[in-house]
Amino acid sequence: MLELRKFKAGYGESVVIPGMDLSIANGEIVALLGRNGMGKTTLMKSVMGVIRPLGGECLLEGEDVTNLKSFERVRKGMAFVPQGRMIFGSMTVAENIQTGLTVTGEREIPEDLYRLFPILKEFRKRRGGNLSGGQQQQLAIARALASNPKLLLLDEPTEGIQPSIIKDMAKVLRQIRDERGLAIFVSEQVLSFALDVADRIVVMERGSIVYDQMRDETDANVVSGFLSV
Amino acid sequence: MLSGYTASELLSIFAMQGFAGLSLFSVFLLMALGLAVIFGQMGVINMAHGEFMILGAYTTYVTSNLFQAYAPGLFPIYFFVAVAVSFIAAGALGALVEWAVIRHLYSRPLDTLLATWGLSLILQQVYRSIFGAKEVTVILPDWMMGALQVTDSIEIPINGLIVLVLTLIVTVFMWAVMFRSRLGVQLRAVVLNRPMAGAVGINTALVDRITFSFGCGIAGIAGCAFTMIGSTGPTAGQLYIVDTFLVVVFGGAGTLIGTICSAFGIAQAQSVMEFFMSGSMAKVITLLIVVGILMIRPQGLFSVKVRK
Repeated sequence: MLELRKFKAGYGESVVIPGMDLSIANGEIVALLGRNGMGKTTLMKSVMGVIRPLGGECLLEGEDVTNLKSFERVRKGMAFVPQGRMIFGSMTVAENIQTGLTVTGEREIPEDLYRLFPILKEFRKRRGGNLSGGQQQQLAIARALASNPKLLLLDEPTEGIQPSIIKDMAKVLRQIRDERGLAIFVSEQVLSFALDVADRIVVMERGSIVYDQMRDETDANVVSGFLSV
Repeated sequence: MLSGYTASELLSIFAMQGFAGLSLFSVFLLMALGLAVIFGQMGVINMAHGEFMILGAYTTYVTSNLFQAYAPGLFPIYFFVAVAVSFIAAGALGALVEWAVIRHLYSRPLDTLLATWGLSLILQQVYRSIFGAKEVTVILPDWMMGALQVTDSIEIPINGLIVLVLTLIVTVFMWAVMFRSRLGVQLRAVVLNRPMAGAVGINTALVDRITFSFGCGIAGIAGCAFTMIGSTGPTAGQLYIVDTFLVVVFGGAGTLIGTICSAFGIAQAQSVMEFFMSGSMAKVITLLIVVGILMIRPQGLFSVKVRK
C-alpha cells in the first residue's frame, strides 16, 4: 500500500529523517512508536505532503506521490488525522465532515460514518470547536474517512484523551480496518494503545527505524526500553 | 446645530439623509463584502479594491453608451445587463491578477500590500488614459430617474431603491454561497486552517483564485451601484477604500452580520451628520467613535465564539 524508499524529510536545512525505508501492506495496521522529537510528526506530515519531502520516494500502491500536494494525495487515497486533531473550530460538525467529501463529490454525509460515531450525528449542528477532546478526535477521524481512503494516517491520536476512551478508540480503529479494508499508519507514545491496535510495531529513533516486529512477536519490555527517557 | 429647524423639518431631514445613507450603505457593504472575503481567505489586503469598483463603474458607463448607440430600444433595462457585465469584468481581472501576481506573494502580507497598491496606481493610470481625467456621468433611463413623494417634504429617489434591492440580493447570494454551498464549506475550511484544508482534500490554490475573483466581482457590482451616487473618475475608488477598511475592521472579520451592521452604522452616521456639518467634520466624528469602540472591543462588533 505505502512504500518509502530512502525517504528524506525535515524543515529546510534541518534534516529530521535522513533516509527511511518502510513499507506497509494492504489492510495492515502499523503503529509507529518513539519518544518526543524523534521525527514521528515530521514523517507523518511529509508522507501526507503537508510539508514537502526533501528527497527519496513515497509510493502509494506503486504510484509515485512524492511531489504531489496534499489534496492530490487525498484524491489518490490518503487521509490524515493530524496531531491536535485540527478540526475546523467555527464550523459545524456536519460541515467539518463535508470538507472531507470534497474529493468524492458527494453532498450527503454517508450514514455509516454516523453509525461509527453516533455522537457526531447528535451534535451535527454544533460548532466543532465546542466539542470535547474525545469527540473532536472522533470528528477528525470521521472527516478523514469521508474521503474514502485506502490509507489512513493518524498522528498521536491518544494525545489529551481520557484513558477510558483510548481503549474504545483502538477498538474503533480495528473495526474501521475490518469493515473498509484500509491500511492504517498510526504514530503513538502510549505503548498499551499501540499493542491494542496494531498488527505490527515500528520504533523510530533520531529519524531512523530501530525496531520492526509483528505485534505477536513484539517484546513489550524491549519496546518500552526505547520509549523510556 | 439642530436649532433653527422645526420638528417636522428635522424628521424630513433625517428621513431623506437616512435614505441617502442607505445608498452609501449599499456601496460600503458591497465593497466590504468583497474585501472581507478576500482578507479573511488569504490574508491579502487588497489596496486595489477601490479600482476594481471603479472598473465596474466604467463598465456600467460603457454598457450604457453601447446600449444608447446600438440598442436604444433596450436602454431602459441596460442597468441589469451592466450589473452582470461589471461582475464578470471585475471578476475576470481579479482572477488574472491573482494568477499573475498575488499567488506568488502569499505569506508575504507586506509585499501583497505594496503589490496591490502598485496595481491600484497602474489601474488609475489606465483609466485616465482610456477615459480621460475628467469624471464621467452615467445616464440613467427615465424610469430610474424620478423619486417617490412620500410626504410633502420627503422624497425617496427610485435609483436609491434599486441599488438597495440589488445590494440585498447580492448579500443574500453571498450568504448562500458562504453557508449553504460546497464551495462555501471549502472556503471557510481554508480560512480556518490552510494546511489542514489541503490535507482533507481541498485544492486550496483553486479556492484562493475563485475567492479572489469572486470578491473582485462583487466590487464590480459595487461600482455599478456607485454610478448612481457619485460621478466616476480614475481616482474615485481611493475615496472609498479607507471607509471600506473601516467597515471591515469595525464589523469584525469573518462575520456577515457584523459587516452589515458596521456598514449601516458608518454610512448612516456620515450621511446624517454631513447635513449638519462639513463632510470632513462628519468623518472625523465617525472615525473617533469607531476608534473608541474598537479600543473597548478590538475584535470588532461581532465575532464567532468557540472555545480555544
